[in-house]
Amino acid sequence: MSKVPIGIVRFPGTNCDQDVFDAVAAIEPARPVWLWHKETDLQDVMGVVLAGGFSYGDYLRAGAIARFSPIMEEVIRFAADGGPVLGICNGFQILTEAGLLPGALMRNNRLTFVCRPQCLRVETSNTPFTRKYAHREIVSFPVAHAEGNFAADASVIDRLEDEGRVVFRYVDEQGTNGRDANPNGSMNDIAGVINEAGNVLGLMPHPDRAMHGMVGSADGRPIFEGLVETAA
Amino acid sequence: MTAQVEVHIQLKPGMLDPQGETLENALAAIGYEGVRGMRVGKWITFEIETDDSDTVEAQVEEMCSRLLANPIIERYKYHITREAHT
Repeated sequence: MSKVPIGIVRFPGTNCDQDVFDAVAAIEPARPVWLWHKETDLQDVMGVVLAGGFSYGDYLRAGAIARFSPIMEEVIRFAADGGPVLGICNGFQILTEAGLLPGALMRNNRLTFVCRPQCLRVETSNTPFTRKYAHREIVSFPVAHAEGNFAADASVIDRLEDEGRVVFRYVDEQGTNGRDANPNGSMNDIAGVINEAGNVLGLMPHPDRAMHGMVGSADGRPIFEGLVETAA
Repeated sequence: MTAQVEVHIQLKPGMLDPQGETLENALAAIGYEGVRGMRVGKWITFEIETDDSDTVEAQVEEMCSRLLANPIIERYKYHITREAHT
C-alpha cells in the first residue's frame, strides 16, 4: 500500500512540529512531509496539519502574521478543494485569522498560561477527524495556551451549535461542561470547531501530546487515524 | 510627502477584557476609587512615504482590517497627519 503524505507546516516559532510529525508517522500508512512556511508548493500532500507553538512570537495577535505566509495561500486553496486541514493550538489560531474557521481566540479569561491535562467531550463523531471516536466520548488531551478563549458574535455561536460544528467541548472528569471545567473562558466551553464544509478542524488542546499511555493519554491517536483515513 | 499614522485598537465593547478588569481592581486596591470601564488596547505608530496622498487613508483602512486589527473582536480608529517634504 502506498504511503499517504501528510504535510506539517512549520513557521518560525512553531514548536510542536516534531510532536505532530511523530504522531502522523505512528499511523499506518501515513508519511509525514515537512512544509516550510515560505514554500508555495504543498508537494502533493493529501492532508495538512498546522502545529502548535508561537509562530512569529505571537506578535500582534497569535496567528495574525503566520496567516500571511506564502504557504497559507496554498493551504487556503487546498482547503477550498476539500482537502483535510487540522489546526492544533497555534494552528487553530492561524486558521481563524485566515478566515478558514469562524471566531477568534482571545486571551484566557484568568490571564494565565494554562498547561494541564484537560477532559473534552467529542460532540460529534460525524467528521473526518472524529470518526474513530464514539459519539460524546470523553477524552483527555493536554492544553497549553494563553490565548484559547474562543469568541464570536452570538449569531455565529448559535449557528455553530445548530449545525453541529462544535466538535470538542471542555468538560470535567464526569463529562460535565461548565465553569470549572473551562480552562480559558471560551464561549459555550468550545474547545474545537469545524468549518461548514466539514474538512477544516481547529482545536486548542493537543492530540499530538496524547499519543501514548506512558505520557498520560493515547486519546489523541484517533484524530490522526481519522485524518489519514480521510486523506487516503 | 510623509504621512504620520497613529492606529488605536481596542477590544469591541462587550468583549471581556480581563486585563482591563485586573488593572481596575489593582487601582482600587491602591486607593483609587470610582474607576470604571477600563479597557486595554494597542497604539501603533508608523510613517508612510508616498507621492499619492489621496490613497493613504484607504491604505491605512485596509492595513487595519487585514492585519493590524481583528474586526471579529476588535475595533480600531486611526489618525493621519500629512507632512509635505520641504
